[in-house]
Amino acid sequence: MIEATEKGVCPPPHEFSTDTGLRRFCFKLRRNRAAVAGGIMLLIYLAAALLAPLLVQGDASAPNLMMALETPSPKDPLGTDELGRSILGRIIYGARVSLLIAVGVVAVGLFIGVPLGLVSGYFGGKIDFAIQRATDAMLAFPGFLLALALVSVLGVGIKNTMISIGISMVPQYIRLVRACVLTVRSEVYVEAARAAGTRDGMILWRHILPNVMVPITVQTSLSMGTAILFAAGLGFLGIGVQPPTPEWGTMLGSARNYLFHAPHVATFPGLAILLAVLSFNLLGDGLRDALDPRFKI
Amino acid sequence: MFNFIIKRLLAMIPVLIGISLLLFFMLRMLPGDPAQVLAGQMASVEEIETIRRQLGLDRPIYEQYLLYLSRLAHLDLGRSARTQNPVIEEVWARLPNTMLLAVAAISMACLFGIPAGVISAMRPYTWVDYLVTMASLFGISMPVFWLGIMLVVVFSVILKWLPAGGTGSWQHVILPSVTLASFVVAFIARMTRSTMLETLNQDYTTTARSKGLKENVVVVKHALKNALIPIVTVVGLQFGLLLGGAVLTETVFAWPGLGRLVVDSILARDYPVIQGTILIFGLLYILVNLAVDILYAVIDPRIRYD
Repeated sequence: MIEATEKGVCPPPHEFSTDTGLRRFCFKLRRNRAAVAGGIMLLIYLAAALLAPLLVQGDASAPNLMMALETPSPKDPLGTDELGRSILGRIIYGARVSLLIAVGVVAVGLFIGVPLGLVSGYFGGKIDFAIQRATDAMLAFPGFLLALALVSVLGVGIKNTMISIGISMVPQYIRLVRACVLTVRSEVYVEAARAAGTRDGMILWRHILPNVMVPITVQTSLSMGTAILFAAGLGFLGIGVQPPTPEWGTMLGSARNYLFHAPHVATFPGLAILLAVLSFNLLGDGLRDALDPRFKI
Repeated sequence: MFNFIIKRLLAMIPVLIGISLLLFFMLRMLPGDPAQVLAGQMASVEEIETIRRQLGLDRPIYEQYLLYLSRLAHLDLGRSARTQNPVIEEVWARLPNTMLLAVAAISMACLFGIPAGVISAMRPYTWVDYLVTMASLFGISMPVFWLGIMLVVVFSVILKWLPAGGTGSWQHVILPSVTLASFVVAFIARMTRSTMLETLNQDYTTTARSKGLKENVVVVKHALKNALIPIVTVVGLQFGLLLGGAVLTETVFAWPGLGRLVVDSILARDYPVIQGTILIFGLLYILVNLAVDILYAVIDPRIRYD
């Protein structure tokens, strides 16, 4: 997994709070062709997800056994699966599921990870120690395995897939936010706010959080790609999103049984995953480069 | 050095306690009676009672945890609900297969990733560099199980050169390890490129060049040698990704390793095996990171752990 932290994405505080800073950032991002390509691809996925009922005629999950395992044709440009359903239709509807999971996963990660990271970095001491040791224990498991362990407890389905992968991403958010808070904590404006008698909660919300938003944005873009990859992995293993819901990984899981007769069934859902993850990674890399050109990898 | 290893081993203790707590509460989070869950759906009343007594479920929760720890210390991970074999035996039988795959994949990834990164850094912003950069980005974004399936389609279904799955000969190892190596190679190439770009611009590299050394010697002996530490770190960190990837790769290729064991156990709700396998995965990951720390001292004599 790509992490924003490993490339030291924390910008100096206030770098992007001015208009010129923001404009420079947008200019740099626009000049990065790979990032623009990633952004455009993501917009296409988003449009497909939103307009799915208009783009696909009929029910994408309704079987039609007379048409099973057809090769690509003008009627079904990507062919049909083992139950005679249009693969293109299911990929388009699958974009809804995968993007929804990506958003849900990141929401879980942000919702739990950001407050813990803020508290850990700002207050320090025993709270910090406790949160960091818990983070260490979670990081002792590779992300996908942690998600796998959580799914084994929570059970299958879209909601549990989101929660499991989301929780597995929490430690990264904690680490990232904490590292950024530590650099911001001793800034003059924080000292000033404290001297003026502002409550800790308000300092965190009004002064510290806005300054950690930039690295969080980069991490979020990269995490969304990973979330799609993890969700597809769980779906492929049969412990993620369950059929007949169209999910790219689940589609690949069932296509595995027909590799010898109809390899096209497994080809296209995989391409859909690859391009979606690639788009998020291109955009995330572009964001990071625009924020700090020293860390161009 | 010896002291350092002891210190690092001691530092592992809190993490190990964390892992054990996580796994202990994982079972308690499940709805229903933990003894019933561990014994499986087919278990008799006596079997459930035996497990209840073993776990001390009638005692306070902290005693249950201590009991769990003492069983872990005796390598007693319980019995599989499906096969009734001790979990440690099931894990032990499959561990060598997963290690074989992991070692083959890591070696392959280093063999291709490091030269690709070096070449890329030697000619920055040329077509070779862009090719390597794009290829690594594709590698990172590629669903490993899909790559596995595509390799099976090409090399087993169409060309009929290699077996589609199973074990038994060296041919069986090729496709799974190539699949597993694919995304690790991308990370290694990216890291090698960026650190080599730095070391190639250092004063000692300029000195080496001005002494009239051949470019190959400058790159390998001066620049690469100094770039090795971050590369080794990445290799160590990727080992975790590799274990996650192993779960998917082993499923694609019907490879009898730990990854497949954990998936089969999740599907069968065989919790003792799930717990045991995940524990072993965690341990492996920690040990590899320890090995990486020790390797630093071997690679870079400036690092002393006294």
